[in-house]
Amino acid sequence: MSNFFDIRARKAAAAENGGSSKATKPTENNRLQPWVEKYRPKSLDDVTSQDHTITVLRRTLQSANLPHMLFYGPPGTGKTSTVLALAKQLYGPELIKTRVLELNASDERGISIVREKVKDFARMQLSNPPAGPAGEEYRRKYPCPPYKIIILDEADSMTQDAQSALRRTMETYSKITRFCLICNYVTRIIDPLASRCSKFRFKSLGDGNAQKRLEDIAKLENVRMEDGVVETLIKCAEGDLRKAITFLQSAARLVGAQALEAKKDKDAMEVDEEGDGKRITVRSVEEIAGVIPENTIDRLLQAVQPSGKGAQYERVAPVIADMVAEGWSATQVVNQLYDKIVMNDSIENKQKNRIVMSFSEADKRLVDGADEHLTILDLSLQVAGALAGS
Amino acid sequence: MALLVDKHRPRSLEALSYHHTLSDRLRSLAQSGDFPHLLIYGPSGAGKKTRITATLRALYGPGVEKIKIDSRVFQTTSNRKLEFNIVSSNYHLEITPSDVGNYDRVVVQDLLKEVAQTQQVDLAAKQRFKVVVINEADHLTRDAQAALRRTMEKYSPNLRLILLANSTSNIIAPIRSRTLLVRVAAPTEEEICDVLKKVGKKEGYKENAELEKRIAKESGRNLRRALLMFEAVHAQNEQVNEKTPIPPPDWEALIAQIADDIIAEHTPARILQVRAKLYDLLTHCIPATTILKTLTFKLMPKIDDALKSEVVKWSAFYEHRIRMGSKVIFHLEAFVAKFMRVSEAHLMGMDFDDDF
Repeated sequence: MSNFFDIRARKAAAAENGGSSKATKPTENNRLQPWVEKYRPKSLDDVTSQDHTITVLRRTLQSANLPHMLFYGPPGTGKTSTVLALAKQLYGPELIKTRVLELNASDERGISIVREKVKDFARMQLSNPPAGPAGEEYRRKYPCPPYKIIILDEADSMTQDAQSALRRTMETYSKITRFCLICNYVTRIIDPLASRCSKFRFKSLGDGNAQKRLEDIAKLENVRMEDGVVETLIKCAEGDLRKAITFLQSAARLVGAQALEAKKDKDAMEVDEEGDGKRITVRSVEEIAGVIPENTIDRLLQAVQPSGKGAQYERVAPVIADMVAEGWSATQVVNQLYDKIVMNDSIENKQKNRIVMSFSEADKRLVDGADEHLTILDLSLQVAGALAGS
Repeated sequence: MALLVDKHRPRSLEALSYHHTLSDRLRSLAQSGDFPHLLIYGPSGAGKKTRITATLRALYGPGVEKIKIDSRVFQTTSNRKLEFNIVSSNYHLEITPSDVGNYDRVVVQDLLKEVAQTQQVDLAAKQRFKVVVINEADHLTRDAQAALRRTMEKYSPNLRLILLANSTSNIIAPIRSRTLLVRVAAPTEEEICDVLKKVGKKEGYKENAELEKRIAKESGRNLRRALLMFEAVHAQNEQVNEKTPIPPPDWEALIAQIADDIIAEHTPARILQVRAKLYDLLTHCIPATTILKTLTFKLMPKIDDALKSEVVKWSAFYEHRIRMGSKVIFHLEAFVAKFMRVSEAHLMGMDFDDDF
């Protein structure tokens, strides 16, 4: 059972925590934590490849003045991590609880919440940093500037009304409260709000930085990888570091768990490698990301090529039926087929034109929830038709 | 008496008869104590649900099989009352949020938060978390999926989700990146044959490999369908041999008839006749998508090669319309009319007629 009920253990733990400034978490909890949370940057210096933003923010650490901020950029580039790291460095573990309010899309964020919860928090009196000789050191470590921070994560999913309700609140309480809006699409934030904030654009992570980060995590978690796994991870994640880390953890769970079991019946089966786990293979990463293997896609490509003998339908239909039965997702089929065809130089531009139009139609239909089998069958037949030039 | 499908459904991961590597993975995940959120996807009749039930059993022991059904009432923000059925055991809940249509967000927010905020009550339970199985997750609205995002991270000590879907296309990317994707492919025809043989032996049917092979082929790699067909064949005939016809379901027979009708004659009068049959199918609750799809694939072998891609194009076109529109019969009829027109034009243009 958890040590939740064990008062003595809790007291002991509390005493320990009180002594040192860093909270030590039980190891079991750590293991169950997603790596994305576990390896979130602890300080601004840990945030990778957003140099410009970090330089500006680091200056605020010294000057104790902060504008309202608007962070925008593609997912997984470290927007939330940056602001959390900043808050941690400003307030330290004690004060952060009372000084920071974080709201995101899973919380109800209609206009009523903005009016009540956000306004109440913004209006609240500042809590005091710990006093006395113990607090002295705390204050030396953390600047504890005299304002609170309200983080509105995924702000682009807030309604227009809710956003306009924020306008006046931001100004009225600007003495004691700073806002930080985080969003993917800056165009969805209404102009009056955007003009009140200083904007920071987060650019997509460079491959080098992402690679280094992934390798570090793998080393810390004792995960062994085949060559090329990191490259595959980055390719599948499309610049989204969070996705890449989640894929890495899932892959490690799969092979790691297998290794555990293999250890149990070691007598029956010879384990080929000693150590903490088997290697993660490129294939297992692709399976987790739902990527269709090359040869399956190639088979489809083969089928849509005009080859002269046999009717198109007879060649394409069985391949599609197989793919559907194997459970591959239609969106993935469309994406991968698209990459293959658009990159293929041997197809004439005129044909590509026609093909791309069918892709657009198919994508729209899939998003609307049309039947997958019919849609990709139709798409492949149209591609085949365009290639044959009919 | 239970149907063969239910009677011989494997109860544990060991008893599953195909996808052994997948079963091994699920077992090791269940034993490791570090059970992730899962998103299970695959075509219907591939055994997704069976694998989940078996995994739950591996997690909690036989206690999960004692299930009860409660009906809960939720209130939406506009004060509408929603009735919602929950299948639950001591350790897990099973919900189908798409039952309540557009209000699924309310159910997801209320119910999941409630479950997530209470700890496991049973002290003897093997795991500290509860499992919530969400059926038909691909029919969840965007709102409901967005509401799941944070819940999945925040309450992960108390709650694990298992999402079941036919395809990952309609699942938003943030959910996909938070779950472990598990693909359950449909069984191959040989695997279906093996299962049929095993079930036949248990039931004391006389073995007939030829017939089993035919059933496997007819079923379209859908194990549930294969088993139902297998049972139907044996229920209708005392003695079976390799030539015993496999009775198709009534609706399929009717659709085959429609296909023949619209190929034979291209006139408005024929459309009128077909309409009656289409209505008949719809009143028996056959989904419009299924009708259109089956009709298309029934038409395929009977028409000229040059026409096939044209017909598929229109079929996909009207299927999309069915999904977007409100009255399905319009689009079904439009497809029938379009088909007649396309094949008539083909006949006129080519000026020969050897098919019909």
